[in-house]
Amino acid sequence: MSGSAIEFRGVTKRFGSVNAVDDLSFTVRSGVVTGLLGPNGAGKTTSLRILLGLVRPTRGTATFDGRAYRDLAAPLNTVGTALEPWSFHPGRSARDHLRIAAVAAGIPVARVAEVLEVTGIESVADRRVGGYSLGMRQRLGLAFAMLGDPGVLVLDEPTNGLDPEGIRWIRSFLRELAAEGRTVLVSSHLLGEVQQTVDEVVIVARGRLVRYGTLDVLEARESVLVDAVDRQALATALAVAGFAIETAEDGIRVRGAEPSAVGAAAQRAGIALSLLGRRAEGLEDVFLALTSGEDA
Amino acid sequence: MVRAVRAEWLKFGTTRMWWVLLLVLVGYVAFTSGLLAIMFGVLGDQLAQDPTAPQIPPDALAAIVYSSVTAVGYVIPLILGTLAVTGEVRYRTLTPTFLATPSRGVALVSKVVVMFVAGAGYGAVGLAAAIGVGAPIIAATGGDLQLVEAATWTLAARAVLAMALWAAIGVGVGSLIQNQVAAVVIVLAFTQFVEPLLRFGSAFWEPAAQVGRFLPGSASDALVGASIFSSFSGGGMAVVPLNWWQGGLVLAVLAAVVAFAGYLTAWRRDVT
Repeated sequence: MSGSAIEFRGVTKRFGSVNAVDDLSFTVRSGVVTGLLGPNGAGKTTSLRILLGLVRPTRGTATFDGRAYRDLAAPLNTVGTALEPWSFHPGRSARDHLRIAAVAAGIPVARVAEVLEVTGIESVADRRVGGYSLGMRQRLGLAFAMLGDPGVLVLDEPTNGLDPEGIRWIRSFLRELAAEGRTVLVSSHLLGEVQQTVDEVVIVARGRLVRYGTLDVLEARESVLVDAVDRQALATALAVAGFAIETAEDGIRVRGAEPSAVGAAAQRAGIALSLLGRRAEGLEDVFLALTSGEDA
Repeated sequence: MVRAVRAEWLKFGTTRMWWVLLLVLVGYVAFTSGLLAIMFGVLGDQLAQDPTAPQIPPDALAAIVYSSVTAVGYVIPLILGTLAVTGEVRYRTLTPTFLATPSRGVALVSKVVVMFVAGAGYGAVGLAAAIGVGAPIIAATGGDLQLVEAATWTLAARAVLAMALWAAIGVGVGSLIQNQVAAVVIVLAFTQFVEPLLRFGSAFWEPAAQVGRFLPGSASDALVGASIFSSFSGGGMAVVPLNWWQGGLVLAVLAAVVAFAGYLTAWRRDVT
């Protein structure tokens, strides 16, 4: 199985005077898991809804192998979607919810039992969804996505509300799907939740693309960590010397400088150092720095 | 299109709404039909002696009793059709609906088709309730049941058609006013208060009465051919009601116009 490539080309969505999504362009290829990452309100969900034809973009196109969602001949067989765990009628059973989608898409109704089995909610399938936990709703959303055995999966925050066992399950599930050659695009506001799952990342903040590529776009950062008994004096001295500093828990972080230069500056100010060395920044730190708008 | 219609039909059948509303319809119609039959059957002789009381010809009684299904019951399919749309907005199920059926037009037309059929079903059941309760009372009070008359069964068929059209109008109303509470309040306020007042008021001035004939409730009664309301309205003025087919046409055009207006505005909005 080979999934279609997802292409965003200059996608912009303006709500009033705010650009919720601003000139977003990237490609998601098949066979890997791609994470669409960014803080809440970064425009992830709006981007996905534009891709699925639910929201009309102000400008730009988002397509599957060049075709818009609404032009797909068999949408649920091409793209599987789990957008939010709330879009179920509380008075309807999971099985009926899936049957309705299967009938609308021309998928054999026998497939409903299969996806209920795969997602592990077979035993509660005839209960009304109103009584479901968030985790069960997430699984029902995944069952809906898998209904048409699609080559592309688009999942918005699928780990929200899942217990650790559920998160582990979804990770291996997504890896399996990608290994089969499918295109998997999964959004999250927590890098940690998808770090072990994703091969490529698309990082957005305030509607704009900030980083795009394999996970090592985040790992290519190092900084100098320096500390002294009189940390305040050191900070002042380094600031006066023109270094970009940032106070961290375990010292002062200096970006874009060599340890020797930092040490020399401290010596000139007559400050005895207690610590000086290179530190690779954690992915999460870099991610937070990127998405909070600091210069990378 | 066929798939979308089948999916809509499943949606209709898989929540409790359909039988709850059907029970309400049966109860409401049975009560009204029984009340009318008792009023004009038991009290008919007394009324006949009082020249100031409303008079009903003996052979018109059955039609008035049986037509209570539309005269008072039409609001139920109207609400059914409205809820079929606003419920999807309220429970956010428009997302899966449009994912499976990306063409918004197809999705809306499917709803109209399914609700038309469902409304006809409600009409048939409501009619059974009206006749089931009304006929024994008429028979017991020595009235004419008219059950072998072709005219009665023509009335029955038109009542079913009227109920189907009301449900279709409901879909249009829901697609235009997507807030469930607002839509239901507007439907109830219009059908139970605004329109009866307009109908009653317009009957006292001929030019207004000419226009009043085209009010949806009047058109519905014209389509069915009988109603407790049209029997007494008019203040004795000679404004000819619409033909049955004109009444049906008014309702059909109303359904189409409202649904199309909803499609052009709220129905095509972003689903966020």
